Amino acid sequence: MKVWHFSELAYYPAWKELGAQLRNVVPSRLCEPEIAADLYHRGLDEWALCDELGLNIMVNEHHATATCIDSVSTISMAILARETKKARLLCLGMPIGNRFDAVRVAEEYSMLDVISRGRVEMGFVKGAPFEVTPANSNPADLMPRFWEAHDLILKAMTTHDGPFNWEGRYFQYRQVNVWPRPYQQPHPPVWLTVNSPESAQVGGERGYVIGSLNTGYVRTPAIYAAYRKGAASQGREATPDRFAYMAIVGVGSTREEGYRRADQILDYSRTALRVGAQFAFPPGYQSVAATAQALKWPGYGSGVPMRSIALRNGRQVDPNGASVEEFIDAGICFAGTPDMVVEQIKAFHGHVGGFGHLLMMGQGGHITHDDTVDNLTLFSKEVLPRLSELG
Amino acid sequence: METLDIKGFPVETHIAGSGPPLLYLHAEQYFEQVRPYLDALAKKWRVIAPRHPGYGAAAGATDLRSVDDLAYLYLDLLDELKLDNVVLVGASFGGWIALEMCVRNHARLRKLVLVSSVGVKFSGREERDFADLFYMPDIESFPMLFADWRRYAPSYATMSSGQLEELARERHMFAHYGWRPYLHNPGLKRWLHRVDLPTLVLWGEADGFAKPSYGQSLVSALPAAELMVIRDAGHYPEIEQSEAVIRAIDAFVQR
Repeated sequence: MKVWHFSELAYYPAWKELGAQLRNVVPSRLCEPEIAADLYHRGLDEWALCDELGLNIMVNEHHATATCIDSVSTISMAILARETKKARLLCLGMPIGNRFDAVRVAEEYSMLDVISRGRVEMGFVKGAPFEVTPANSNPADLMPRFWEAHDLILKAMTTHDGPFNWEGRYFQYRQVNVWPRPYQQPHPPVWLTVNSPESAQVGGERGYVIGSLNTGYVRTPAIYAAYRKGAASQGREATPDRFAYMAIVGVGSTREEGYRRADQILDYSRTALRVGAQFAFPPGYQSVAATAQALKWPGYGSGVPMRSIALRNGRQVDPNGASVEEFIDAGICFAGTPDMVVEQIKAFHGHVGGFGHLLMMGQGGHITHDDTVDNLTLFSKEVLPRLSELG
Repeated sequence: METLDIKGFPVETHIAGSGPPLLYLHAEQYFEQVRPYLDALAKKWRVIAPRHPGYGAAAGATDLRSVDDLAYLYLDLLDELKLDNVVLVGASFGGWIALEMCVRNHARLRKLVLVSSVGVKFSGREERDFADLFYMPDIESFPMLFADWRRYAPSYATMSSGQLEELARERHMFAHYGWRPYLHNPGLKRWLHRVDLPTLVLWGEADGFAKPSYGQSLVSALPAAELMVIRDAGHYPEIEQSEAVIRAIDAFVQR
């Protein structure tokens, strides 16, 4: 199993002051550049450490938010391409339906792949619903735009005979000619994030790696099953290396230490959805039926955000008040001593039918640098070797 | 509702009443709430009210991307039904479509009525002519849209799932056509001199979404337009003051 350390680089110092709204409407006067600089350097140091520990690296991006200041994912990818030597570099990912220059995305990924000497894993993501706001991207046709961008980016990275023409519905270029061409041939591996059986099935049809993020015991099996169905429909085998699962991981030399670390990282899960309902349900992002359902939820009209996590018995819990045990029960968190974490990962792995990539949120929320370093180190020494038997 | 075949494109259309023809182009949302108004109009008029593609149950709008497309579709509809001396009434988003039709060809039209119309950019680049409806919770937007929102705004709790899906579909299509540029065509102002037919601009006094001052700007920019402000109405006067709107249209057309 490959393990990838992920952090959103949260600007947590502003959380307390901001309360219920951490996205889109947050004034940047609350961001102190000196503090932000420290946070960037700290996060990059922790990623760079992964190179020594045998862990891989995952970055992402969000916009106009205090939950993630990694707002241009290819900048952190570029720094890490130079600072690391062995780790693979996953960007999960690039919100290509929200970026209006798809050829520029092809250039960024190609250049990163060459500088890193072929260590890039190329994520294409729909992006969270509230991301259409900072991009001013029309949610009503987000997915057709996403797939056209995908087609164009891959063609731009794999065409080596000089300029080609692209006059599509959303993107128009008459002279596409990307330099450099990617290091990996024909192109870096493609990853998608999925949040439903429908999107997973499309991933399976195309044979891409899918990342299922914090979908837990209740939702993940149907998502993975849909992927397998999609793969089978194209005569493709859904091998474990096609499946990635993201969870919060807190390891300690004692149960208490592991739980404490997980609890601090879980502040990510408690804050990530602090967003007004009007940003959470942009028209057309979800299906008509899903939007109609949302209208009925209490709090929709007042803009009060809604959130819950599903425990194994089906009970819904508000993440704000949820304990580490409840997050473990939900399959969103693996925490405790190395033995406990190994057992929890094995149990979840068995429940969902296997996966070849663990996207480990080893930093997040309020966990300190020293605790993060210890968390990653302990994981790499005591947990990682014992995951090899999972394939 | 019947489905008209307009040059091969199916258009779900509410047709009712007898009398001189009135083409009604509906607003971005709340079509169901406008039905009583359409019924009242049908007492004196032959009302033809198409559902914009993607709205309602008819075919989707995948190859109709912009308000330009809708303008041509309804010009085709006038041709197809061989309608002349038509009174064109456009409400809000429908007013924008009506303006786009008129700058192209108003040969089949007699008079134009714009009800709280959007579509033209008057303010500077750092201001908005219309409140950002997509980014306000209902608790903020309802008081802008209605003079008496407690009475007229939709109450989700009492609605069937079919009615809720109708509202959801309206919001999707509102984004489809109006997301960016937001509810306007940057080039339209340049051509408003072509809307040279008698025009009545109706505006709800309490409209906080597109303020009455926007209606005044529209009147100033059109060659033959006059403004009438409707009391106790917000952005949808047909819903809140249906009778006053019909009286105003009747008086304007008979003049």
